[in-house]
Amino acid sequence: MAKYECVIGLEVHIELRTKTKIFCDCPADHGGDPNTRCCPVCMGMPGTLPVLNRQVVDFAARAGMMLNCEIAHFSKMDRKNYFYPDLPKAYQISQLDHPLCEHGWIDVNVNGEEKRIGITRIHIEEDAGKLVHTDYGSGADCNRCGVPLIEIVSEPDIRTAAQARAYLERLRELIRWVGVSDCQMETGSMRCDVNLSIRPVGDTKLYTRTEIKNLNSLKHIVAAIDAEKARQIDETEAGRELVQETRRYDPEKDKTYSMRVKENANDYRYFPDPDLVPIILTDEDHARLRAMIPDLPEERLAKYINEYKLPEATAKTLCDEPKLANLYQAAADTVKQPKLLANLMLADADAVSVPAAVWAELTNLCSDGKINRSAPAKLLEAYREKGGEIAALVKELGLEQVQDTGLLNAVADEVIAANPKAVADYKAGKEAAIKALMGQVMKRTKGAANPQEATELLKEKLAKL
Amino acid sequence: MRYSEMDIAALSKLLQNKEVTAKELAADALKAIAETDGQFGAYLTVAEEEAYKQAEIADKMLADGTAGALTGIPFAMKDNICTKGIRTTCASKMLENWLPVYDACVTEQLKKAGAVMLGKTNMDEFAMGSSSENSALQLTRNPAAPDYVPGGSSGGSAAAVAANECAFAIGSDTGGSIRQPASFCGVVGMKPTYGTVSRYGLVAYASSFDQIGPLTKTVADNAKVLEAISCHDRRDSTSLPEFDTNYSALIGKDLSGMRIGLPKEYFGEGINADVAALVQNAAKALEGAGAKIEECSLPAVSYALPAYYVLCCAEASSNLARFDGIRYGYRAEGAEDLDRLYRKTRTEGFGREVRRRILLGNYVLSAGYYDAYYKKAQQARTLLIRAFRELFSQYDMLLAPVAPTPAYKIGEKSSDPMEMALGDICTVPVNLGGLPAISVPCGTVAQDGANLPVGFQLIGPAFSEAKLYQAAAAYEECGV
Repeated sequence: MAKYECVIGLEVHIELRTKTKIFCDCPADHGGDPNTRCCPVCMGMPGTLPVLNRQVVDFAARAGMMLNCEIAHFSKMDRKNYFYPDLPKAYQISQLDHPLCEHGWIDVNVNGEEKRIGITRIHIEEDAGKLVHTDYGSGADCNRCGVPLIEIVSEPDIRTAAQARAYLERLRELIRWVGVSDCQMETGSMRCDVNLSIRPVGDTKLYTRTEIKNLNSLKHIVAAIDAEKARQIDETEAGRELVQETRRYDPEKDKTYSMRVKENANDYRYFPDPDLVPIILTDEDHARLRAMIPDLPEERLAKYINEYKLPEATAKTLCDEPKLANLYQAAADTVKQPKLLANLMLADADAVSVPAAVWAELTNLCSDGKINRSAPAKLLEAYREKGGEIAALVKELGLEQVQDTGLLNAVADEVIAANPKAVADYKAGKEAAIKALMGQVMKRTKGAANPQEATELLKEKLAKL
Repeated sequence: MRYSEMDIAALSKLLQNKEVTAKELAADALKAIAETDGQFGAYLTVAEEEAYKQAEIADKMLADGTAGALTGIPFAMKDNICTKGIRTTCASKMLENWLPVYDACVTEQLKKAGAVMLGKTNMDEFAMGSSSENSALQLTRNPAAPDYVPGGSSGGSAAAVAANECAFAIGSDTGGSIRQPASFCGVVGMKPTYGTVSRYGLVAYASSFDQIGPLTKTVADNAKVLEAISCHDRRDSTSLPEFDTNYSALIGKDLSGMRIGLPKEYFGEGINADVAALVQNAAKALEGAGAKIEECSLPAVSYALPAYYVLCCAEASSNLARFDGIRYGYRAEGAEDLDRLYRKTRTEGFGREVRRRILLGNYVLSAGYYDAYYKKAQQARTLLIRAFRELFSQYDMLLAPVAPTPAYKIGEKSSDPMEMALGDICTVPVNLGGLPAISVPCGTVAQDGANLPVGFQLIGPAFSEAKLYQAAAAYEECGV
C-alpha cells in the first residue's frame, strides 16, 4: 500500500464571456492588434474610475449557482496592490473577504467511485494585460486588462491526479453548460494553478504545500501533479524539508522547478476599493438568476431520450453543445414532434443563429403537413437572407402543400391515365410501382402535394380500377 | 472697475447686454495674468489659444440665445483635473509633461456651460499639503500678502481668484484644500457633499475624501458655479443619483428659525485668538441676521486628524502606485532592472511629502498592521459620522474656524510636517463625514505690516448646500 497521499486544492481562473469588460465599455473578447481594445479606464490613466459591469455579477452568480454555492447578498471589491508592467493601475481589483459565492461543491466519478469536492469560494476580478517581448524591446498590451474573471478555489479535497482531472472536466462542463464561458484552456479562457502537499496515509494534518502555476492543459496538470508528488516524496524520504514556494512544470523534462520562494513574495496590502460601491444582490436578483439555471446536463440527456424519444446519439449531439441544447429546450415543449425538431436543427450547420420560435414554427408546419420535409432548408435560407415572418416566406416561395383535393384528384387521374405500365405493375402486385406514380404527381404539382395524402389517394384510385 | 475685478454676476450681465464679448473678457483676463502672475505664480499653464477658442464658442452661445450663467466667464482649473490636450501636472515632476487624452467630467460640464478656461493652477504636489509649497514646479504667493503662503492644496486657484486673474476657479478638497486656501486668500470656497461633483478625471489622492468645488469672489457666484458642475455621472460609481442642484434657491431668504451650533472643540487650544475673535464676530452677525446661535460639543472631532491621515495615506499609496514610469510620465534613466526602475522613478519623480504619505499608507495597510491602523481609523470615521448626525438633529449647521491661524510666512512651516498637519484640524472632520462646508471671508488679522484674511466655515448635513449658501450670503450682506 502507498505510504503517502496527496492533498490537492485547485485555483481555476475562468474568463466570463460578457460583451464588455468588467469596469469599462471596451469589448471583452479576444483578438485585435495590441492596445486597440482598451480605453483610459482599463489602461488606468490618472483620474479614471472603474464602474462595475452588472452582467459580470450575474454571470459569476450563475456559475456559483451551477456549482451549488451560496450566493452573497452583500459583496464588495478590494484592491490587491503589486507592481508589474502588465498591471496599469499597479493594483488588481479583486475580492478578499466578501466573495460573491461560497460553500459549493461538485460531484465527480473516478473509476466508479463517487467523490464530492468542495468549492471554498468564487470571486470576481479583473484580468491583467500581457507583456510582449520583441527584438527591439518589451511592450505591454492592455487589450486583456479588465477582462472579467472568476477565480474558483476548491477545498483541499482532491487526492489524486485522476480526481483533479475529473474535477476540472466536470467544472468545465458545468460552466459551459450554464453558458457564462467557453472554458478553453488552449486559448487561456480557463487557467489552473495547483496547490499540493503530501502526507502519510491516515494522517489528517496539512503539510507544507507548493503551488504550481501556469499550467495550460489537462494533460500537463495531471503530469505536473504526478511529478510534484514524486519530488515531494523524494525530498521527504531524503530527510530534506520542503519549502512553501511557487513552482513551474517543464513538460519536456517532466519535472517541476522553483520560481520564487514565498518569503520574499508580495504583501498585497488589500483594502476595500473606495472607487466602487458594495454589490447588493436582493432576493429578487437571486430568484431571477436562479430561474436561469438549467437542469444538469445528464438530467437533460435522460429527458431527451425518455420523454422526447430521441435516439441516444441525437440527444448526445444536442447536449454536447450547451447553446444548441438550450435552444432545443426552448423550442421542444411547443412542438408536436420533438424528434422532428431535433432532426431539423441538426441538419442545419448553424442552428443557434435562428431563434427557438422559428424552429418551433418550422417543425409544426412540417408535422401539420402544411409544408413538405424539404421546405425548411429553403425557408431557413430565405429567413437568413432577409428575415421576416416564416408564414409570409412560405407564401412568397410558394411552398404551401396542395391541400386542394379537387386539384389532387385531377392530377392523380391524369397520372394514372398516362402511365399504364406502372399501373399494370402495381396491379400485378409490385407495390414499389406506386413510387413512380407518386413521382409523377409531385412533378406535376411542382412538389406542392402532400406526399402522404397523394399516396393515399393513388392507392384508393388504383384499388377501384 | 476693470472686468477682471468683477464677479460672475456682474460680468454675466455685461455679456447678456452685449456690452462686452467673451473674447474681450478672455483678452482682459489673460492680460491680467500677464501683468501680475509673474509675482503671484498662481498659474502653471496658461492656455491662451484654447481660451480664445472657447470664448468664440461662448460668443456664439450668447448670440443664439443658448447662454447660461457661466457662458463667457473666464476661470482657472486646478492642475489635478484632466483637460484633454492641455498638460495636467498635479504640480509633480512625475506628470510635468503629461497630456490627458480625455476631459474630466467637470471640464466637460464647464465647456458645456460655455465658461472659458484660462489655464491650470498650482497646487501642493498631488494635492498633498496645506501651503502649496509642496509644488515641485512653482512657488505661489498669497496675493493679500506676498511673503505669505496662499494655503493649499488649491493655493493656485485661491490666489488666482484673489489676484483678479480669473472670475472663478475650480479646486479640490480632500482635507480642507478648497476651504483653507479660500480662508488664507480671502475668497469664498465650497466643499460640496461627497458625490455631488463627479470625480471622473480628477487625479485621485484619497478617493473616499476627494471632492471638487468652486472658489469665487462672492457666495452667489459660488452657488452658480456649483450648479454648473454638479451632476450625476455614470462614470463615477460614487456620484449620487439625481438630486436637486438649485443651490441658489434660498439666497436672500431671511434666517429666522435657523439654528447654528458652535462646537466648542473648534475654539479651544491651538486656535489663534484673533482668528477665534473674528469667527465669533461672524457668529454674532448671523445672530443679528435672525439665526439662533448656540454653543455645542463634538468630542469625536479629536479622532478626526489621526483617522484622516491613516485613511487618506492608505488610499493615496494605492492611487499613486500607477506612476511607475512604464506607460506615461517621468521615467528615471539608467535603471538596470525592473525593480530598480520602479524605485528610481518613484524616488526621483515624487517629492518628499508625497513619498512620506505613500510610505505611511503602505505601512498602515501592511500585513499585521491593517487592523491596528486602517480598520481602527474606519471605526473612528464611523463614530465621527454618527456624532455629526446627532448634532444635525439639533442644528441646521455648525459654524467654526477654517484654520487655527491666518496664512503663515513662506518657509515658516514647510520643514515641520507635523505642525503643517495640525493646521488641518478644523477642516478634515468634514471630509471624513462627506459633508458640505463653505469657507467665507470674515475679516483680516494684522501681522508684521500685512493684513491677513481669515475665513469661517459653515458645515451642514449632506445636501444642505442651498442652506449653507443662504446663511453665507446673509453674512456677506451684513458682514465685515
